[in-house]
Amino acid sequence: MVIGLTHYLTLAAILFTIGVAGIILNHKNIIVILMSVELILLAVNINLVAFSTHSGDLTGQVFALLILTVAAAEAAIGLAVLVAYYRNRGSIAVDDINALKG
Amino acid sequence: MQAEAVFFWIFSAVLVASALAVITARNPVHSVLFLILAFVNAAGLFLLMGAEFLGMILVVVYVGAVAVLFLFVVLLLDVDFAELKQGFVRYLPIGALIALFVAGELGYVAFGWNASPEPAAAATPVGGLSNTAALGRVLYTHYFYFFQAAGMILLTAMIGAIVLTLRHKPGVKRQDIAAQVARNPASSVELRKVVSRAGL
Repeated sequence: MVIGLTHYLTLAAILFTIGVAGIILNHKNIIVILMSVELILLAVNINLVAFSTHSGDLTGQVFALLILTVAAAEAAIGLAVLVAYYRNRGSIAVDDINALKG
Repeated sequence: MQAEAVFFWIFSAVLVASALAVITARNPVHSVLFLILAFVNAAGLFLLMGAEFLGMILVVVYVGAVAVLFLFVVLLLDVDFAELKQGFVRYLPIGALIALFVAGELGYVAFGWNASPEPAAAATPVGGLSNTAALGRVLYTHYFYFFQAAGMILLTAMIGAIVLTLRHKPGVKRQDIAAQVARNPASSVELRKVVSRAGL
């Protein structure tokens, strides 16, 4: 059985779906939400690399590298915001983050 | 070819299983550990696809940095995670519904098209080099500005994270470089006549 582009695309679609479901199911725990976002970005990276391999073009891998960079920056900033918020409010429950609600 | 298929199924099965474990684990520490497992398996898939550099970068950046960062934060914050887990079952139907919709759309896209039999001309062909060399060759020429922008993003993230979490405690002695530089002999040295055997 030859593993082709469709296999990788299907796998990435499953992973993306798991990430989206994780955001909804863990809507109270922002740490798991961030982890779900990482899963979604991983799915996108798998797609890009699969297309890059399929078409023999390195552009997809360069793009995946940039996404990796942005994902790392996003995780660092997100967790820093989380730590700062916890220090100020003593809680990181998403339901408690409503200072802008008015 | 057969070995590649076997490894693809192993890697993808473990990847999907650990991704499911990430979103369903009761303890966020377990979530982070399953996230690490998922990234390692994704790195294996990248190796299968011939993207060796990205696979290794995935291990270094994600497992070595991002996942450890997550682990630090999960362990540092004293949060009642059992309370945060409430509502999981209540939101299971709507979560499954939305996941079904997303999966249906993605499946429609993934299966509803055909690749053209002859591939389009590659803008940056691989051309007989190893993956890392080929990637470096396009990254530092074609995509040089993107590379620089990625560096700026990382710099911004670093400064932002430091600014957000740095806390100035009162009473901590800090180096004041301006005061150090502004010192002169008149203000810092005192000359005294000391009488013999009398002391100061």
